[in-house]
Amino acid sequence: MALTPLDVRRIAELARLDLDADEQARMLGQLNSFFRIVEQMSAVETSGVEPLYTPLAAVEAPHLRLRDDAVTEAVDRDANQESAPLTKDGLYLVPKVIE
Amino acid sequence: MSRAAPHELGVADLGRALAARELSSVELTTHLLERFAAHERLGTALAIDGEGALAQARAADRRRAEGDVGALVGVPIAHKDIFVTRAMPSTAGSRMLEGYRSPFDATVVARLADAGTVTLGKLNCDEFAMGSSTENSAYHPTLNPWDETRVPGGSSGGSAAAVAARLLPAATGTDTGGSIRQPASFCGITGIKPTYGVCSRYGMIAFASSLDQAGVLARSAEDCALVLGAMSGFDARDSTSAERPPQDFHAMIAAARPGATAMRPLEGLRIGVPKEFFPAALAGDVEQALRAALAELAGLGAVLVDVGLPRTELSIPVYYLIAPAEASSNLSRYDGVRYGHRAERFADLGELYRASRSEGFGAEVKRRIMIGTYVLSHGYYDAYYLQAQKLRRMIADDFQACFRECDVIAGPVAPTVAWPIGAQRDDPVANYLADIFTLPASLAGLPGMSIPVGFGAGAMPVGLQLVGNYFAEGTLLHAAHAFQRATDWHVRAPSEGRP
Repeated sequence: MALTPLDVRRIAELARLDLDADEQARMLGQLNSFFRIVEQMSAVETSGVEPLYTPLAAVEAPHLRLRDDAVTEAVDRDANQESAPLTKDGLYLVPKVIE
Repeated sequence: MSRAAPHELGVADLGRALAARELSSVELTTHLLERFAAHERLGTALAIDGEGALAQARAADRRRAEGDVGALVGVPIAHKDIFVTRAMPSTAGSRMLEGYRSPFDATVVARLADAGTVTLGKLNCDEFAMGSSTENSAYHPTLNPWDETRVPGGSSGGSAAAVAARLLPAATGTDTGGSIRQPASFCGITGIKPTYGVCSRYGMIAFASSLDQAGVLARSAEDCALVLGAMSGFDARDSTSAERPPQDFHAMIAAARPGATAMRPLEGLRIGVPKEFFPAALAGDVEQALRAALAELAGLGAVLVDVGLPRTELSIPVYYLIAPAEASSNLSRYDGVRYGHRAERFADLGELYRASRSEGFGAEVKRRIMIGTYVLSHGYYDAYYLQAQKLRRMIADDFQACFRECDVIAGPVAPTVAWPIGAQRDDPVANYLADIFTLPASLAGLPGMSIPVGFGAGAMPVGLQLVGNYFAEGTLLHAAHAFQRATDWHVRAPSEGRP
């Protein structure tokens, strides 16, 4: 089932991307050519197979470490915000959301 | 014999020369900075920090003078621009992060600095490590030093080209679906991607978190072992870091196998050759070089075993669903608010996000975000993402079945030698298909290497891929080292185009 121009516009909206008409047309062709190679995957019987979300789980049970609930490093807000496009008084500035 | 110029020496030889005071790190660093300047046309670097490098070189020379015998003290390297650094901008090859300054160093960067290496700069790569030619860099392409009309491979193309052109003895890289092994193969050098979890991902700009892994590109297995030893090991700051004791890879490469002799150092090593790695689509020149290398390995005592990886072809759609899914999630952080590019014109917050992202990301990154967003969206998750993760388990299980019959798997890195710049630029799917031989080990999280084993069409290098079981980096490096002691492919250098 091929994607339609409407699908591409919907996915772009979800992905927070603006695509102009040319980009949309190119993207549609490229995504459809990609999903043709995906079709071979759908036919494989996988019922009962555990998904492998993280590779080492193939050989050992994954475990998530918990660290002590303690302060381990100081936060230097000025240094962390050095690459921010726009800040004021340590806050990130964005267009007004609530009128 | 006249003494070799410093740029002709690899990591291990430079360490010995520095220890013997045959040259200083300042002399070496100055020489390599001059070489970078003289080879600027190759486009290997995104940033060079000459002053910072010379300060580090002076500090390294002091460490040597004070008796530090560390193998890497004073050895110049550079980092793929995926690792964040305080001293230099970190761009990931993207306009999105143009000029971005990290408030911290990646663990890999910090560990290599602690080991005494001198960081010359940051190296070019495909944008956010998405690509296999380095043509997706938002800044400039990188040329293959063996033939400057061809791509160096990718995404760690700047790293591979700089090492091949003898601008550096070693460089870091990252490998999500082949991004160390394939450029190493295309540039005729040695590269290793260790087991997932061996190198910390802390400070590596994220592409696909369940696949991304740091590694090394250098001239030889011995040099890779030295650098990998210094940059790997458990890091509490990476939740997927493997909690294992540090490994001395350099000691492992020379350890004798039981029953081995000087002539047969690989006695009894079982090398599995998957029939799916030698399909009709494999170029004849590549296959010829690989068959000769397998015969050489057999001559060194290895036993070649037929094995099967029946889902090799399926690894392409599986990888190209999982990696973009993770990328679409990881790259949602680039919103024009906290860091990165921010559009100049927007009417509201939604437009700020969309305009900043649309201006900041290149075409390949947008494509992968679109694929990932789609396969994770409501109604499609089970059919695509979940199905891909199930197949990923089956691919990992296939490897475990192979490793019951062999110790190492060998095959091609890529179906062809490096292709001409521009040849695949408008055909993303053709690029994806060319990743067929590196994707399976990536999906399983297994360690993989590329070692140079000859030349194919256009006198371009051909690499042999070796894949080991989990945490068997030592076995891979040992086999590669034995091969390199018996052959000289890894010491061949591209001829200098100009004096």
